[in-house]
Amino acid sequence: MSNPNQVTKPGFWGWLNRRLPVDAFIKGSMTEYFAPKNFNFWYFFGSLALLVLVMQLVSGIFLAMFYKPGETTAFDSVEFIMREVNYGWLIRYLHSTGASAFFLVVYLHMYRALLYGSYKAPRELLWLFGMIIYLALMAEGFMGYVLPWGNMSYWAAQVIINLFSTIPVIGAGLVEWIRGDYGVADATLNRFFSLHVVAIPLILLLLVALHLLALHETGSNNPDGIEVKTKKGPDGPPLDAIPFHPYYTVKDIMGVFFFLTLFCVVVFFVPTMGKLFLEPANFEPADALSTPSPIAPSWYFTPYYAILRAVPNQRIGALLLLIAVLSFFFLPWLDRSPVRSIRYRGWIFKSFLTVFTISFLALMWLGLQEVSTLYVWLARIFAIGYFSFFWLMPWYSRWDPVKPVPERVTYHA
Amino acid sequence: MLKLASLVAILLVPSLSMAAEGAAEPAAPLDYQAWHAHNDVANLSSLQRGARNFMNYCVGCHSLKYLRYSRLGTDLKIPDKELQEYLIGPGETKADYIGTSLKAADGIAWFGKQPPDLSLIVRAREGSDYVYKFLKTFYIDTSRPTRTNNLMLANAAMPAVLSELQGVQEAVFRDEVVDGANTKVFDHFVLASPGQMTPAEYDDFVRDTVNFLDYASEPAQVSRRSIGVWAVLFMLALTWMAMLLKKEYWKDVH
Repeated sequence: MSNPNQVTKPGFWGWLNRRLPVDAFIKGSMTEYFAPKNFNFWYFFGSLALLVLVMQLVSGIFLAMFYKPGETTAFDSVEFIMREVNYGWLIRYLHSTGASAFFLVVYLHMYRALLYGSYKAPRELLWLFGMIIYLALMAEGFMGYVLPWGNMSYWAAQVIINLFSTIPVIGAGLVEWIRGDYGVADATLNRFFSLHVVAIPLILLLLVALHLLALHETGSNNPDGIEVKTKKGPDGPPLDAIPFHPYYTVKDIMGVFFFLTLFCVVVFFVPTMGKLFLEPANFEPADALSTPSPIAPSWYFTPYYAILRAVPNQRIGALLLLIAVLSFFFLPWLDRSPVRSIRYRGWIFKSFLTVFTISFLALMWLGLQEVSTLYVWLARIFAIGYFSFFWLMPWYSRWDPVKPVPERVTYHA
Repeated sequence: MLKLASLVAILLVPSLSMAAEGAAEPAAPLDYQAWHAHNDVANLSSLQRGARNFMNYCVGCHSLKYLRYSRLGTDLKIPDKELQEYLIGPGETKADYIGTSLKAADGIAWFGKQPPDLSLIVRAREGSDYVYKFLKTFYIDTSRPTRTNNLMLANAAMPAVLSELQGVQEAVFRDEVVDGANTKVFDHFVLASPGQMTPAEYDDFVRDTVNFLDYASEPAQVSRRSIGVWAVLFMLALTWMAMLLKKEYWKDVH
């Protein structure tokens, strides 16, 4: 009734559309959904994150057919998958490499937002949904890491769950409640399996839907940080935007295959990625009597782990870790700059972003190393660099000598 | 750098020969940490020799509980007859996982711990080099219950079971001041009594055995790499086609 096309179309397609808004959906979110035409390299990572999510779900479904949670069965069942399930090794490596790829892609996706101010109004909610996805992904990654029940799985679970014990008053009880036992044990493993394969994937899918819904409401930002919606041509569509389909579908497909090429190199030739993706200690079963040295979480958590270790007081360390993660949430309100994109920001913002980038990478490296006096001090220095990017932003983003923003986006065909 | 190294060497030589009580041995210290196994899991005959070595010298105490005899036979192209005759233990079938006849309680009684399963030892030790170095650095240590010790794993519970092949090694230590304390630092080995093999033969023996353990830690690794070549080429081809498609569509974007 609202769309005359739906009524007049004959045959099955017409019948279907009178009952389900298929055409309207394709138009609204694909063929007549307009995206700025000046997207660059940084704009591949959203679609890649979606790709990796689907890959993780599919490979995860197959893994769950053979994986057996339980402290006496988990490790053996993973080796069963690696050796006796047809192409089980491939499914497992797709999933383990996919976990790291997910974080890599998401970090680059987030960094794009920092570069071009994508979190700024009117996209605050889009950013917040994205950040909650990031939190859910951290929980998903951590619990998935525990499931193979290798020795590093076990000890990482000990360390991470014990962080909750630093919460005043309820800490000790809370830790016991999370573990379901007095130590990390069978009950912990089983509930992590349930959360990893059911609860968190459901939350992730819901959040991704909200993230996309919010994106399609505001439209994408772009490397110039200019609203393309306001500059419309005489015939309606924005002058600097193009239909998502076919232009960005073909471009994203190109990105997908390029990504998959690199992904296959890792899966087939370096699935352990040195010691980064699969650690040697995790090829030994969980052993409560033998602590691996050093205990390090997966590379995607080490920036925060380095901050935790840089503080002698565990409670303050855990608090700083929490603040380090949550700082991202406040960006839309910390940033007082009149411009979005780094292209038109001044030297002050650029310097702070550079310091943040170096600090994040340095903390990531430090979190993987064994503790030494020098490294603890370096971690403290880089932690200051990390936090100053966020918490000095209300001032420096205002003092920043910005450049004039052009009327139309920069695009060279 | 070279100059500095030679200077250090010149300064060290007199003290070394004095430490060795006149037994003039000015050779550089044995740098066993720099050894590499250089094994090749695609080398079938090496893997077959390694499997034989494992069944002759290791399986008495160590199991490979994630590897079936049948898988071993298929992957290493060992015919069923040979598999049954030489490799499969008494009372076992080819569908069985490779087990050891050593009872856990006996292992604990004799060595203080149950000898570990070796299915994943190469992966758990960051590659084959560790196991290679471990099997080559046993030496006499009368202070230990086994009367042997190991450079890679100090106070190893495992005795030098391969000394009948390698021969018995004595370790020569030199005194060095490390962080202000006198420390015994390993210098080199002396072959106290030769074994059945020459050093070169023993080296090959260990390399084959380690190669087999490398295979056992991930039996699919050879096919993984060969499939990988095609997977990567396939993705590259798709990337190239997708690039052409993108170019075609984007021609009319100005």
